[in-house]
Amino acid sequence: MTGEAVSPAAEAAGVVDAVLADLPRHRGVVVDSPPGAGKSTLVVRAAGHLAATGEPLMIIAQTNEQVDDLIVRLAAEHPDLPIGRLSAADYTVPHRIAGKAAIGTKLPDLGDPAVVVATADKWAWVGDRKWPWAIVDEAYQMRSDKLLRIAGLFERALFVGDPGQLDPFSIVDGDRWAGLSWDPLQSAVAVLLRHNPDLPVHRLPVSWRLPASAAPVVSEAFYPFTGFKSGTGPGERRLEFSAGGMRTAYDRALEEAAESGWALYELPSRHTVRTDAEAVQAVAVLAARLLQRAPVALSERGEQPVSPDRIAIGAAHRDQVAAIQAAGLPEGVTVDTANRLQGREYDVTIILHPLSGRRDATAFHLESGRLCVLTSRHRHACVVVARAGIPELLDAHPSADTVQLNVPVKFPDGWEANQAVLAHLAKHSVQAAPLR
Amino acid sequence: MSTLAALARLRALQTGRAQRLATVRHCHLSERPMVFIPLRLAGEAAAPLAAMAGTDPRHPRLLVVPQPRDRDLRFAFTAELAEVILPYVEGLQKATETVERRGSEPYERCVDAPQLIVPNRGSVAFVHMLGRSTRFRRAEGPYAVHPSVPVLGRWLTFLAQRAQYPGSAMLLAATEALSLHWATGQSMLEDANLASLVSWIDPPPGMTGAAAAREAEDPLLWTPAGPATDPGFDTEVLAPAIRAYEDTLTEHAAARVGEAVRSQLEPTWRLMWRAIGLLGALPAGPGTAARWEGDRASFTNFAAQLAEGGPPQPKRDGAVGAASRLARMERAQASYDAQRAYDDPLVMAGYRLTGEAFTGTVLATEPDRTEGEGRGRKLRPLLTVRTSDPVRLAPGTRLGTPERRGQQAEVVEIAGEHVTLKIVKGMGRGRTATPGAVPEVGERVSYASLTEEFQPPPGLPAPEDTPWTHGGPPVEYVPADEEPEEEWS
Amino acid sequence: MDRLDRLRGAVPPRPHDARAIAALAANPGCARRAVLDAAGIDKDATATHLGFPAPFGQSPFAITRGNAFESLVKESGCAELLRLLREILGLPIPLAAYTDLGDIGGNPSAHLRHSHTRKLIERAACDRGDAGTLYDHPLLRLDIAGHTSYLEPDVVAFRLGERFHIVEIKSFAIVDGQAEPEKVAAAARQAAVYVLALRNLMEELGHDPRRVSHDVVLVCPENFANRPTATLVDVRRELAVLRRQLARMTRVGAIVDALEPDLTFDLAPDADGVATRPVTELREAVRGVDARYAPDCLSTCDLCFFCRDEAAAGGSTDLLGRQVRDALGGVATVSEALGLADGSLTPAEGQEEIARLLRLADRIYAEVS
Repeated sequence: MTGEAVSPAAEAAGVVDAVLADLPRHRGVVVDSPPGAGKSTLVVRAAGHLAATGEPLMIIAQTNEQVDDLIVRLAAEHPDLPIGRLSAADYTVPHRIAGKAAIGTKLPDLGDPAVVVATADKWAWVGDRKWPWAIVDEAYQMRSDKLLRIAGLFERALFVGDPGQLDPFSIVDGDRWAGLSWDPLQSAVAVLLRHNPDLPVHRLPVSWRLPASAAPVVSEAFYPFTGFKSGTGPGERRLEFSAGGMRTAYDRALEEAAESGWALYELPSRHTVRTDAEAVQAVAVLAARLLQRAPVALSERGEQPVSPDRIAIGAAHRDQVAAIQAAGLPEGVTVDTANRLQGREYDVTIILHPLSGRRDATAFHLESGRLCVLTSRHRHACVVVARAGIPELLDAHPSADTVQLNVPVKFPDGWEANQAVLAHLAKHSVQAAPLR
Repeated sequence: MSTLAALARLRALQTGRAQRLATVRHCHLSERPMVFIPLRLAGEAAAPLAAMAGTDPRHPRLLVVPQPRDRDLRFAFTAELAEVILPYVEGLQKATETVERRGSEPYERCVDAPQLIVPNRGSVAFVHMLGRSTRFRRAEGPYAVHPSVPVLGRWLTFLAQRAQYPGSAMLLAATEALSLHWATGQSMLEDANLASLVSWIDPPPGMTGAAAAREAEDPLLWTPAGPATDPGFDTEVLAPAIRAYEDTLTEHAAARVGEAVRSQLEPTWRLMWRAIGLLGALPAGPGTAARWEGDRASFTNFAAQLAEGGPPQPKRDGAVGAASRLARMERAQASYDAQRAYDDPLVMAGYRLTGEAFTGTVLATEPDRTEGEGRGRKLRPLLTVRTSDPVRLAPGTRLGTPERRGQQAEVVEIAGEHVTLKIVKGMGRGRTATPGAVPEVGERVSYASLTEEFQPPPGLPAPEDTPWTHGGPPVEYVPADEEPEEEWS
Repeated sequence: MDRLDRLRGAVPPRPHDARAIAALAANPGCARRAVLDAAGIDKDATATHLGFPAPFGQSPFAITRGNAFESLVKESGCAELLRLLREILGLPIPLAAYTDLGDIGGNPSAHLRHSHTRKLIERAACDRGDAGTLYDHPLLRLDIAGHTSYLEPDVVAFRLGERFHIVEIKSFAIVDGQAEPEKVAAAARQAAVYVLALRNLMEELGHDPRRVSHDVVLVCPENFANRPTATLVDVRRELAVLRRQLARMTRVGAIVDALEPDLTFDLAPDADGVATRPVTELREAVRGVDARYAPDCLSTCDLCFFCRDEAAAGGSTDLLGRQVRDALGGVATVSEALGLADGSLTPAEGQEEIARLLRLADRIYAEVS
């Protein structure tokens, strides 16, 4: 290394170039992308790059929303590129992709576009055609049995995804496949790499989403061996309030978050049911108060008011989401479970900590991917609502995990990741005032 | 655990008696089930020590291995077990019925199927192990076994694999079947003890379930239900008996081992039939017959495969086999969950508590409401239900209803206690609703966000076309000869 | 630490073997267990004297089987083991010197035996040759809450080149590549204790502790034959848990300081070792430290039946398991939960929600059953 510092942008561009250079040399190339590291940008770039060779390309995403997002970005970056979108019969074309892609339920309906985008589920119904190239987006969230159904459609593929998010799951017990290299419940990337250990794995090194206040925290807690940095430096992102506050605990939490990027709004320790009314109330009030304070986001994108659609609320369980919705939220604020917030980006997030009010942690609540998704959606600030007592809960957590032979150990451990995040949040804690 | 199940456990603790978790029976119960209680020698993976088996409560068959480390005696045991299980299984293949299918050839399906009931999950695992250790055996060559042994191995493997299949009833663990229907005043962990579980459900006269369950934990009063034996029994009784057999190799000494294990098995035998009696006293849920039909079809298929001389089941699933099995299991799980809820208001109650379902009274309907024009015009009736349940369903959610199983409705709006629904499926093609198709005002209805609707999964590649991402085509499957089996030291 | 000695009474602390150390993480929230373990108290004897003997026993068949398998693997200077190591590590190990560290004649103290192990490990650490070194029964030690524990040496330490591996021989079967997950987990937890102890020793000797691999070689019988097979088990997670638990043990002081000054769990054994402490007194003493009973204790703790009985007497919802306890929010007793459910009890502050839920459950249950 020379003393000359490489800018994050140059570093990231270097990785992208290396990925593109590797594509023709290998049957598969894997790119690990931490939160907001430009995964979609890479997909769009690679799509343009491959389309330029004149060979057709298939793109596989996991949900209809992801497919539509990709089409919007592809059309914007490559306006001359003919794009096709395969969809199910009951798919309603959203406004944002109208006119940007040929849409049909079967390949022949699309004409012969250079790029065809569809969900993995839809691709599994497409017949015998063989594509020279494929891009698999969100490949860590794709179950390997889905890949098995479509891998015969392509010769070479670029697999892109975030290894730190939630693993795929099943409603049935998959123990009978434990340790098999093709365990259908493992992620597509895990199975791919187990059978093809020599494939190159690249890592996008810069998160463009997470601010300088969040990247180190998220990187250390959830990506201990493959760290990343933020694309913006300290102070380059700011959150300011146009309206004054009243020094309530809510205001102080929001101000702490604006100032430092994080706040822990801490309710008194108590064991509660999952839909802890006080915590739910606090989340809803924080969201409302945030908007009342007329927040403005200042960043490399300029100065923009934080509108409701730039705010998200995240929780672990669907009943919590329902309870938060029922608590009365400002119109337009997103509220959803970690599962469904994967891949999304907001200016400010308010999350209900998965371990808040619990007496015991379960594997579900400790899953590192869950907390990772919740704490890595924001460009400016993240407010965590939790009951005090989580450190004690973690301390008392029994380690009784079973071990299956030949199943690679997953890192980071949820316990460790939770500790790391809490240790950081403790520095930004604001005690809740008594309600009402 | 649902609040409902938690409350039921609290009640059980308070009253000293198990509480119902189901109003109907959710597993098929055969008219002639076979009870099978295997015991394993401690420290070994699959060395059978003894078993009690049979279809007649009054005449259990006791099978014993007087020296479980002796390979020949072990295979003699499995041959004897084959004499008990194979006639039962094969007898059920005789009577068949013709099943007509739309767009496909009719086929023959057995009218009944075997049902093996074992005490607990450990016994199910042991059935799997016993199947694994015998199905690759050969009747010729070195270490030849009786020809029935590999056949038994395949049947045991088949049954153990079916047991992983949600809703299947061909191999049942008594503890699990009972726990599905009753909540006890102890933990789920303790429910794995058959004696204490049955004590909670059906305590002896003059005793509370709690007291009886505590007593049932004492291995001297209630012998363990296997497959592990009580270490105290091993030390005090079994080890000396086996040693005596080794020293003398006499019938008498073998009989001593037999009597020792009989003392361990007989209490469980009686307990198993009590458990079956308890389950049998519950009326069968409507879904059990449909699921048993699936079991019968699977049984018929496997019998045919066996008759055609197919190879023994592979040791592990290949990539394609695993994916296909997973898809079938997930489908079975989803429909099992839905069927139980629609069959049983007490199961539905759990979903009502979490807001995924609700029960209420119809306040208003628009039965002949339509959507679309001309040929695309469809009946889309609206109804408003008043409920005091805490409904947590987003508009647009698809719902099913136990009252009209073919229908589906969509949530339109929830305002306080009023839920407005639109029936979107199962209204037929008529211009007006057929009588009864739309609930009447005042009718009590339930809706839940569980559907039995099944989307056939997309196809999988043929195993020989396994793609490079999954290891490529597998090497052709040749059932391997077992590793040379050495003597147990 | 004399406070811990007083808690224990006039008997030497019970040595922590690897199994006991591995079990520390089974219920770290339990103060009773933490105190008893830190003081090296014989929980089994305590439970028996209280009238609640532990439900754990081992069958003679399992013991015989374990020993037979172990000697098979170690036959002729670990010839079989060496074959497995070549296979699993993918190394051409021409030969390996085998030394049984347990075999040094007489009946030396653990301390002496450890010095012997230490000397030979030092020699092996400096030897970076291609020939392997196998040390059977190395006597390692670990400091736990200020006490030195010598670990029952039932593993083999293997060195080849720079690297050391812990080899653990277990007699449960691996069938078609899988074994019972609980048993593998127990083996992994124990192996992690040895990895940590050996790493500590390496560090003391001035070597890089990371030379001890976190990949443990687990040797088990394969399928239904007696033939051994080896599998690598990554114990990094278990190591992390272990470090955490050992760190906690040193913090047990705070709990101990809060105890009644004259509290003791002394069984007052007579000359024949028979406990003479009045049972009621001992019961009061044990109750002096709070337990956190969970049904999982039934398979991990000698005191489980005593604590279960205590939880039952107190009407604690812990009796029904963690899931039930969790579903009940903060409600700790059965009568309270039922009172809230049938409406006979007015919810205290913070209980409104669970009360509403329980009343709803009660209403729906009554409606449909």
